[in-house]
Amino acid sequence: MCSLEKRGKVYILTFVGDDEEHRFNPATFDAIFDALKEVEQSPDAAALVTTNAGKYFSNGLDMRWIAENPNELFDIAVEKLEKMFAAFMRLTIPTVAAIRGDALASAFMLVLAHDYRFMTQGCCDLYMYELDHGLYIPDSILALIRSKLQPAALRDVVLASSKLNAQMAFKRGILDGILEDSEGTLEAAVKEAEKLAARGWSREIYGRLRLAAFPGVVEALDTHVPYRLLASFKI
Amino acid sequence: MCSLEKQKNIFILRRTGHGEHRFNPEFMDSIISAIAYVNQNAHQASAIIVTNDGKYFSNGLDLEWMSHDKEIRTQAVGDKFVELLAAVMSLKLPSIAAVCGHACAAGFIFALAHDYRFMRNDRGFLYMSEVDVGMTIPPSVMSVISSKVDSRHLTEVMLGGLKYGAQEALRKGLVDSSHESPDETLGAAINVAVEFGKRKCKGEVYLGLRLGAFPEAAEKLGIRSVSVLPSRL
Repeated sequence: MCSLEKRGKVYILTFVGDDEEHRFNPATFDAIFDALKEVEQSPDAAALVTTNAGKYFSNGLDMRWIAENPNELFDIAVEKLEKMFAAFMRLTIPTVAAIRGDALASAFMLVLAHDYRFMTQGCCDLYMYELDHGLYIPDSILALIRSKLQPAALRDVVLASSKLNAQMAFKRGILDGILEDSEGTLEAAVKEAEKLAARGWSREIYGRLRLAAFPGVVEALDTHVPYRLLASFKI
Repeated sequence: MCSLEKQKNIFILRRTGHGEHRFNPEFMDSIISAIAYVNQNAHQASAIIVTNDGKYFSNGLDLEWMSHDKEIRTQAVGDKFVELLAAVMSLKLPSIAAVCGHACAAGFIFALAHDYRFMRNDRGFLYMSEVDVGMTIPPSVMSVISSKVDSRHLTEVMLGGLKYGAQEALRKGLVDSSHESPDETLGAAINVAVEFGKRKCKGEVYLGLRLGAFPEAAEKLGIRSVSVLPSRL
């Protein structure tokens, strides 16, 4: 599911596993929550890099899991996503996403929940496909998305379901850097994480400042409203 | 005043005639009625393009009309303009402003209320003239501006009194594309609208996502929640 590695004061969380698409289901959610808990409780953790092995960052929710009982499981999935995004937003250390594969739907949302984003050129896309599939995005999660995107980017991502490669995403202010290859992306992310870690910030202050910078986001994510599908949605 | 036609499966709402297309209650009502018709028939269409004849997309509020009975008419125009912005933000399909002339003050804000803005290159500018003519902007109307203008440029747009030609408007993200002439601007808008038609860009989910993306504007413009939203069933 995910592996956790420590390099000095920087933790690196890597999506791995048999499912090369690194999709989110109960097992992967649990693995991610366990990893976050370990990081948060580590006294000398000073930054986190989230990345992926292989071709995909993550294709988002595991639809094979959801398909077993869509009406009930979609709601459970949304609640887990809300908790996951809130957990990342509450981390008391800087977070850097090293996007080295496609990040679809909730995986795109997850990278937005990070403080910094680096992506490999020419390899992959960020794609919030909800509109294309006739799905509404819960208000709680829209609060997160709105907090990290400028108006035109918000319109392109949410209201036009645009598939953004690294150049397009960088042009829209979504990324902090784009790199030529996969190794370069991880290197840049780790370098940024080390730079931030070296600032020696108070973790309590960092966590509280992030919440203050993006007011209302975790409050919205903490409030789960039952999510029901429109009859027209087909898996 | 305004004409509504359908080309392919695209609604085109055109402010007709070569005047300044300034907003007074009667003119705004005609646009609001046209929008209501489009909404009722949104399932048959892929997008709406709002454009203009002549040299002006809109030169703003009809100050001359307001001057005949200042207090009452200012209130009437203000209220109706909020209603107009709410109508545009409540469209059940993608909205494209094909800006083929000057868009000043309320005219600029009206263009901002649309999902996309295409602009002619050869003449005309976007101009938030309020600071120059001595008018303020109420919170309801401001919510549209702050929803659509990149925060890096908000100060300049609101307080700079600048006239943005298409190229500058494009650089600042105020429009999505610029074109050599009104015909090309409309043509480009139609092409984009045809592409929208091939995707799921309409109906409850589209409107819900628009209001979800811009909830402050939805609230300040008094747009009531869409009645069927999956997360609220």
